[in-house]
Amino acid sequence: MGKTLFEKVWENHVVSSVDESTDILYIDNHFIHEVTSPQAFAGLEKRGIGVLRPEKTVATPDHNVPTINQHLPIREALSAKQVSKLTENCEKYGVNLYGLQHPYHGIVHIIGPELGITQPGMTIVCGDSHTSTHGAFGTIAFGIGTSEVEEVLATQCLLQSKPKTMKIQIDGELAKGVLSKDIILYIISQISSSGGTGYFVEYCGSAIRSLSMEARMTICNMSIEMGARGGMIAPDQTTFDYVEGREFAPQGESFNNAVAYWKTLFSDDDAVFDKELYYKAEDIEPMVTYGTNPGMGIKVTGTIPELSEITETGKKSFMKSLDYMGFKPGESLYGKSVDWVFIGSCTNARIEDLRMVAEFIKGKKKAEGVNVLVIPGSKQVEKQAIEEGIDKVLEEAGFKLREPGCSACLGMNEDKVPRGEYCISTSNRNFEGRQGPGARTILASPLMAAAAAITGKITDIRELV
Amino acid sequence: MEKFNTVVSTVVPLPISDVDTDQIIPARFLKATTREGFGDNLFRDWRYDTDGNPKADFVLNNSEYSGEILVAGKNFGSGSSREHAAWAIYDYGFKVVVSSFFADIFKNNSLNNGLLPVQVSEEFLESIFEKVEADKSTKLKVDLVAQTISIEGTDLSESFEIGSYKKTCLLNGYDDIDYILDNKDKILEYEKNSIKF
Repeated sequence: MGKTLFEKVWENHVVSSVDESTDILYIDNHFIHEVTSPQAFAGLEKRGIGVLRPEKTVATPDHNVPTINQHLPIREALSAKQVSKLTENCEKYGVNLYGLQHPYHGIVHIIGPELGITQPGMTIVCGDSHTSTHGAFGTIAFGIGTSEVEEVLATQCLLQSKPKTMKIQIDGELAKGVLSKDIILYIISQISSSGGTGYFVEYCGSAIRSLSMEARMTICNMSIEMGARGGMIAPDQTTFDYVEGREFAPQGESFNNAVAYWKTLFSDDDAVFDKELYYKAEDIEPMVTYGTNPGMGIKVTGTIPELSEITETGKKSFMKSLDYMGFKPGESLYGKSVDWVFIGSCTNARIEDLRMVAEFIKGKKKAEGVNVLVIPGSKQVEKQAIEEGIDKVLEEAGFKLREPGCSACLGMNEDKVPRGEYCISTSNRNFEGRQGPGARTILASPLMAAAAAITGKITDIRELV
Repeated sequence: MEKFNTVVSTVVPLPISDVDTDQIIPARFLKATTREGFGDNLFRDWRYDTDGNPKADFVLNNSEYSGEILVAGKNFGSGSSREHAAWAIYDYGFKVVVSSFFADIFKNNSLNNGLLPVQVSEEFLESIFEKVEADKSTKLKVDLVAQTISIEGTDLSESFEIGSYKKTCLLNGYDDIDYILDNKDKILEYEKNSIKF
C-alpha cells in the first residue's frame, strides 16, 4: 500500500515508538517567541539542563511588540519584560535571536519561510498554533504548548500521538477577486471549526497547484481553524523556486540533492486517507465571517443562517455569538458599515498581500471615519514594500504602513479594536475579544478588507475589480 | 507534575460549545513569565464586567456550583496553543474537564499538566447537564485506572480513552522530558543517520 505525504515525512522523523499511538519525533526546526517560551526556559533551569541543539531553534519577539517606534524602549512594562526575558534566555542558551530592529525580525511564521529556514520534508514546531503555515512547503508543522517547547529545547524531540490523515482536494479555477483566503474560509465554513480535529490535512488539486507559495501559506496557516493539527501541500517546482537562493536554504550542489529528495515527497496514488473531501473552485466566492469562530463564514452575497437551521444543542452558542456580533439570524452582511480595517498577521501580511492591496487602492481614498492598520509581516516585507513604493500608495489613500508584529490579530500590544466596533480583518480568528475586549471581528481576504476600507462598508470585491 | 488519582466531585457546568482558549484566558493576560496565578483570570471576560465586577449570571460566580470537575459543551479548547489555558483551569482548582470533543493541542497541554480531559458521548454529556441542572449536588466519579466516568447515584457510566503512555504518566506524575532523556542514545543515533544534503 502506498503512503501519504504526511506518513512519509512522519516516518522519516520517528526516533522511537512509545505505545500503540505515540512516537518520539525528531524536530528539525523550532521557532520560539516571547509569550510562550519564558516558562519553558524556567523549566530547564529548574531541571538543571540545557538546550540540546540550540542551533535548531530560532527566536523572534512578535506577539506583544508595538508596531510604531520599535527603535524606542517598549512602554508597556509586562511586554518589555517578556521581550527582555527572551533576549536574556537566548543569550544564556546560545539561541539565535532576531530581535526588534534586526533586518530579519518579524512574525515567526513569516520569517521562517522568507529566510529559507522552512524547507520541504521537515518537522517544524513552535509554541503557536499557526505553525501550520509552514506546511505549505510539504513539512509537518504544528503548534505546541509551553511544556512541549521545553521538551523540544531539552531533547530536540517531541512525544506525539500520530493524527489521522485527511485529503482536501480543490479543483478548478478561482474567479477574479477570489483569493486563497476565501478558499480556506470556505472550507472551514463547510466542515466547521472542529471538522478537522484529530487530523492532519493535505491540500491538493489544480486550484491549489496554481497558487503561489505565499497564497499556499495562507491556506495552511488556517488549518488549525478547522481544528486540524496542521495542513500540508506537496512540494513542486513552485516550492523549489521559492526556496532556492534564500539565506538558510541549501546552496549549489546541496540544493540539487535536496530537490531530488523533495521530489519524493508526495502522496502515492494508492495511499489511503482516513477522510477525503472534494470541492470545486468555481463554487467559492469572496467570504466573510459573521460569528465568533472561523467556521461561521458565509459568501459575501449570502445570509446568516436562520435559527431553525441550527441544531438544538447549538442554538444557545449560535445566539450568544450573534448577540456578541450585533447581528440577527437571516441577515446579510453586505453593505454593513465597518469601523476598522486590519491588514496583517501571519495569515496575510506577506509582500504579495501588500502588493494586491496597493494595486487595488492606488488612486482611491480611504472612507471617512474608517481606521486602517497595515502591518507588514516582517522587516524584509517592510523593506520590500518601501522599495516598491507601496508605502507611498498606502499613504496617498490615507493608510499607513507600520512596523512588523502580530498586532491587532490578537491585541496583545496597543493595537486594539475598541469595544463594540466592527473590524474587517485579514487575520485568522474572530473569537470574542480577540482583537480587544468587546471587539467585533469579520474575517476576510486582503482584497475584501481593502475594498471595505475604501467604501466604509462590507463590499463585494468583484464589483470593484 | 502531581499524580492523578480517582476524582469524585460535584461539577461546574458550562453548556456552551466551541469554547476557545481566548475565552479561557484572553491574550492580554498572557504576559506573565511564570506558570502560576492564571486561575484569577480564568474565563475573564465572561466572568467579570468591564469594571472588574463579577457577572452574576456566569457559572463561576454562582456559589451553588463548585467542584474539581468542569463540564463543557462540544469542541472545548479550540484555537490558540497557549498552555496558559490549561494552567488557568488547573490553577483555579479543576482536576478534570469533561466534554464531548476536545481540540488536539488543548488536550496535549492538559495531559502535560496533570489536568485530565475526559471525552464522553454527546448523550452522556447531555445526561450530566440534565442531572446537574436538576440537582446541583450531583457528583461525578472519574476513575483513571479503570478509564470510567460515572454519575454517582445513578447507573449512568461510560468508559473513556487515553493512550497507555499518557495514562502511566498521569498515574505516576511523570513527564515526557524524563522519558525522552532516558532515550538519549536513540536521539544521537537518529541524528547520525538522518538525511543530509
